[in-house]
Amino acid sequence: MSLSKPSARRGREGASPRPSARVPVARGVFGPPLKAPVPAPAPETEAVKPDGSQVEQPRSEPVTGTRARPALDGAVLVTGICGRLGKLLARELHRTDQVVGVDRRPFTDRPKDIIHHEVDMRRKKMKDIFRGRNIRAVVHLGVLHDPRRSDRERHSWNIVAFQKLLDYMSQYEVPKLVVLSGANVYGPQANNPQFLTEDAPLLGAQHFGGMRDLIELDMLAQSFFWKHPDTETVVLRPCHIVGRVHNAASNYLRLERPIMVMGFDPMMQLVHEKDVVRAIQLALQPGVRGIFNIRGPGEMPLSHLVRKVGGKPRVVPAPLAKVALDQLWKLRLSSFPSQELDHLRYVCMVDDSRARTELGYEPVHSIERVLRDVRRLRYQVA
Amino acid sequence: MAQRGSIVPFAGWRRPRLLGESPLRQAARSIGDRIVRIAEEVVGQDIDARIAGIKTHTNEVGHDPFGFDPETSRYALAVAALLHRRYFRTEVYGIERVPEGRVLIVANHSGQLPVDAVMIGSALMLDADPPRFPRSMVETWTAELPFISTLYPRLGQVVGSPENARRLLRQEESIIVFPEGARGISKTFDQRYQLTEFGLGFVRLALETNTPIVPVAVIGGEEQYPSIADFKPLARLLRMPAFPVMPQVFFGMIAPLPTKYRLYFGEPFRFAGDADDDDAVIEEKVWLVKSTIQSMINRGLRERKGVFV
Repeated sequence: MSLSKPSARRGREGASPRPSARVPVARGVFGPPLKAPVPAPAPETEAVKPDGSQVEQPRSEPVTGTRARPALDGAVLVTGICGRLGKLLARELHRTDQVVGVDRRPFTDRPKDIIHHEVDMRRKKMKDIFRGRNIRAVVHLGVLHDPRRSDRERHSWNIVAFQKLLDYMSQYEVPKLVVLSGANVYGPQANNPQFLTEDAPLLGAQHFGGMRDLIELDMLAQSFFWKHPDTETVVLRPCHIVGRVHNAASNYLRLERPIMVMGFDPMMQLVHEKDVVRAIQLALQPGVRGIFNIRGPGEMPLSHLVRKVGGKPRVVPAPLAKVALDQLWKLRLSSFPSQELDHLRYVCMVDDSRARTELGYEPVHSIERVLRDVRRLRYQVA
Repeated sequence: MAQRGSIVPFAGWRRPRLLGESPLRQAARSIGDRIVRIAEEVVGQDIDARIAGIKTHTNEVGHDPFGFDPETSRYALAVAALLHRRYFRTEVYGIERVPEGRVLIVANHSGQLPVDAVMIGSALMLDADPPRFPRSMVETWTAELPFISTLYPRLGQVVGSPENARRLLRQEESIIVFPEGARGISKTFDQRYQLTEFGLGFVRLALETNTPIVPVAVIGGEEQYPSIADFKPLARLLRMPAFPVMPQVFFGMIAPLPTKYRLYFGEPFRFAGDADDDDAVIEEKVWLVKSTIQSMINRGLRERKGVFV
């Protein structure tokens, strides 16, 4: 049982959502609302709260802006909207903005005012979506991380589709692009500084080829940033996103007996999925551009995290763990490629001071809350 | 843990293993506590009070972002205190010269194993008042070694990179730097007390962060593990910086020889200038620090009566 880990490294585009687990997401989003339920153009805390400023600034922008198209009048296009994070974002965003979703998968339980296009991003249909509607921002979450997919498919989906997206963006002069990259692009390494800044080189693919796509995507977004200064490009690099999402970090923490590498206990950062959603909302504000690391509520040694989340670590020497994971991978018993063991050995933590000063981002979910949300899904699935 | 007082035999006997502490950990803790008690008795200082006296910069969840763990450190400090006071009988001169706030402590490196770092660290913890928490910059390859890579961060040691040093100095911490690095520690016996080439990074760092540099001369380290040669092929094979050939190990003396350590803390240097200056300009300042340490070493060697006394 403990070996049959839920597949899909980051299930934003990978596996179809499990029916058993879909319900709690909806309940979780509508149940305990984080912020004051939205009808609030009340400008109590415009600086920090995304809703306040998001509602505030649309009014002011057309007056001051020099752009031909009023910047905040259009819709927000969210790719990969049917992933957990995409759904969360859509539910937060549709209260203040027109949201257009694009995904290969169907978005069954979507709020009524979200327009969803069930379309492959590589198809011509994408162009029609851009042509037919005034789009003020694109949030790109549609990154395929599933390590089981072939390299070719991943590359075609991640890079070719993103390149097309960028083409349309420049063609239709979309003024905002938010790309969700990840701190994994820096890669866990022994000689990493304890906190990586945004200037650190992206060496994630050095030991793990599966990271290549994400790095290339990140680089494409960066070159787009320079080539199209009229578009405000934001690249977010959050540390391990956990919560109810299905990605490697969350799946790992959900295991009853997660593997730890003997003699290694790196410091880890986790960030709650809703904090990431908030960061994306902040990134959608006009005037924000650049690369931002996103950090969670504090770093802890891995062993503390595992124990706090209720797992009992299975401590294995590194060579043995590698051989075992390779075999399990071959037999399709595990969805963790053995190269990812580096995450359990070396630090890969980010410094979010830029996000704090320029984006006004501050993680609000405590580590207890983060771990509770991870754990909750484990018991529901079980 | 909750089940301990239960009257039902074996009630929930798995629980303590799953949620509480494992017996192994409990045993380790009781041994550690005993060592701390012995050390406190022998040294005559309150180890826990010294640990409690240092300023730490914890994050939102109460952990040091660099991984410092007071629990592990108190055992380490107890052992270090025993080594410091009893085994090496360290004499410390001029520790009051270490200024408050951020400081770079620059010392000569010697002795195959970084005992000199332990001695400087325990001097700062036990002899300085209030205790200063020493961070030292360790070689990157130690982060690849199992156990060591866990132990070092828990004791507050940080992988040597300029970013880490900058961050720590901005937090007003003290950093021990050995600008000789692996070149210095793996010297053979014929080169004892001769400083090898200094790196320039520490002066640039000091200029950039406006940090005083305290030169320290460590006497006694060179004789703890006399090494007659450096077996380079094996070092390459094991990916170590050097593989010293130490005769005492062949005679079964694995522990370092109980030489007498002497630490001389010098007056702090406060440099001003541009951190991005040419190497030639920086080298002058490095030379100043290096020659100060060398002359302190020479004086210390003249003054000492013997290696073991």
